[in-house]
Amino acid sequence: MAEARHAFQGHGWRPVAAERPAIRRVLTVVAVGFVALFILLPLAAVFAEALRKGVPAFLEAFTDEATLAAVQLTLLVAAIAVPANLVFGLAAAWAIAKFEFPGKSLLITLIDLPFSVSPVVSGLVFVLLFGSHGLFGEWLQANDVKIIFAVPGIVLATIFVTFPFIARELIPLMQEQGTSEEEAALTLGASGLRTFLTVTLPNVKWALLYGVLLCNARAMGEFGAVAVVSGHIRGLTNTMPLHVEILYNEYNFVGAFAVASLLAGLALVTLLAKSLLEWRYGDELAGAHRH
Amino acid sequence: MRARTGIEAAPAAIHVEAITKAFGATAALDGIDLDIRGGELLALLGPSGSGKTTLLRVIAGLEPITSGRVLFGDEDATRLAVQRRHVGFVFQHYALFRHMTVADNIAYGLAVRPRSERPSRTDIRRRVSELLDLVRLPGLEKRYPGQLSGGQRQRVALARALAVDPKVLLLDEPFGALDAQVRRDLRRWLREIHERTGHTTIFVTHDQDEALELADRVAVLSRGRIEQVGTPDEIYDRPSSAFVAGFVGQPTRLDVVVVDGKVRLGDVTLSAAAPAVPAGPAALFVRPADIDLEAASGPRIAATVAGVRRAGAVRRIELRVADGHPPVEAEIAPGRAIARGDAVNFTLKALRLFPSH
Repeated sequence: MAEARHAFQGHGWRPVAAERPAIRRVLTVVAVGFVALFILLPLAAVFAEALRKGVPAFLEAFTDEATLAAVQLTLLVAAIAVPANLVFGLAAAWAIAKFEFPGKSLLITLIDLPFSVSPVVSGLVFVLLFGSHGLFGEWLQANDVKIIFAVPGIVLATIFVTFPFIARELIPLMQEQGTSEEEAALTLGASGLRTFLTVTLPNVKWALLYGVLLCNARAMGEFGAVAVVSGHIRGLTNTMPLHVEILYNEYNFVGAFAVASLLAGLALVTLLAKSLLEWRYGDELAGAHRH
Repeated sequence: MRARTGIEAAPAAIHVEAITKAFGATAALDGIDLDIRGGELLALLGPSGSGKTTLLRVIAGLEPITSGRVLFGDEDATRLAVQRRHVGFVFQHYALFRHMTVADNIAYGLAVRPRSERPSRTDIRRRVSELLDLVRLPGLEKRYPGQLSGGQRQRVALARALAVDPKVLLLDEPFGALDAQVRRDLRRWLREIHERTGHTTIFVTHDQDEALELADRVAVLSRGRIEQVGTPDEIYDRPSSAFVAGFVGQPTRLDVVVVDGKVRLGDVTLSAAAPAVPAGPAALFVRPADIDLEAASGPRIAATVAGVRRAGAVRRIELRVADGHPPVEAEIAPGRAIARGDAVNFTLKALRLFPSH
């Protein structure tokens, strides 16, 4: 046996799917180096900059009224956009995965639209619709409703941009699960709502939570679309990402990076929660991984 | 020892009247009439695409129909929602609730009842353990479906369907996803359960052995129509159409011609007397058991052995009667010396002949 193996090695035998050690090392170094340079280094820089003048200066940045207002507005926007997309996403995924109807493939394409369109364009769409020269502008002005350069516009733009996250997470899983469990519940006498609550929803709960996490991270971090509709009114229509830009442009680096570090911290917490979910419920989520 | 508790209703008869279901331009069901007797075990047998599963789903209320009526006893159930039909449906791939324990799965139909009709918690628990005994899975209450084998899941699915004391039990290819040994065991066991509980039962299968062995009566379907309804003996011994004759008994189809009252295959006369079939092209279905190589009398047909194969306890030989036509199969004892190329004579014991259209 040993001799035979030796003979193979003498002819450079190795498993067909394995690369040479040198190539393996190069690939590993490239991957690790890329992650370090483009992801870890900037992340470290954010926290380093935020804490450059010490912890007290870092904390002081959050006593600023405009900063606090930005944090509040971001939380408010996420608190509206995420539940709204939870309902829309569930409804869309339910319809697509469980029913056949004309225009279904068009709907699937449209759900992905916010992913493929530049966020700036997404924001601009709402300006064109609700701005003072927009389609509904005159009517809105006559009725004293403010959408653009106000909180409703920010909420609408955020909902638009984050729409795909929950739906995209649920559709493949629901399609894979099919409809026979629901049919079984119906034959056993359960109402439609009861079936949804006791069969459909529990079957997708982890994917749903996962989608909510991703949706929330993006809702809090969205810059482009919100920048177009917000109007940057300090203390009123500035979300955290917009506020970071303003502080930075005012050379308030500690303040800018302090707020930025809060956003980065949120991203890290989301990532951690996502990893925990994947580790714990990997099998149930496997069907949903397409992006 | 009957496992049913609660209302002891007499098993319901089911009447299916002129059911038509169109998918676009094609008819999935094309004028189906079928009477299922109370307490009967009926098989819907047919190839895939024959409409057998669609018919089962129509009876359950899971599938809308284009026209026709479904009656449960005297009650018109055509417009009754699936929840109110009180059927027990067992799906081909079990459709157990994957996030619930076995006990919660079985109890589901009782737990979703309105409070006034819902049994108490202890009653539900007792019923679940009774049913687990009935399906021979005692003590598995706390398991999840993912921890069970295919055969065990199918039994839990049946227990779940029986828990609500259904008017009719509907099974869609109940053993389709299981391996051969488990299928045979479950077949016998389903028959026992049926005899014990007495539910009117309809099951769908594409497996003729399963249908003939298990059912009181068999309905053979093809292309959305019922070809024949009868006892397993009637279906097997007296197929009433060319489709049924070609579907059961693994026959070889020979395209023969009826001329002057004789059945001819190419230049060979197979029978001097053609039964009531008009002159012209006809289809003859020959099963292995129809061929008698030892007959002392009767018209003998000359053939050449085209192949010899082993099939379980017997050997099968292929007999070529006329060039350009498929060989017919016959069974011979393992000890008999026969080889490819040998010339033999045989007689046909039965003549299953249908005019070709």
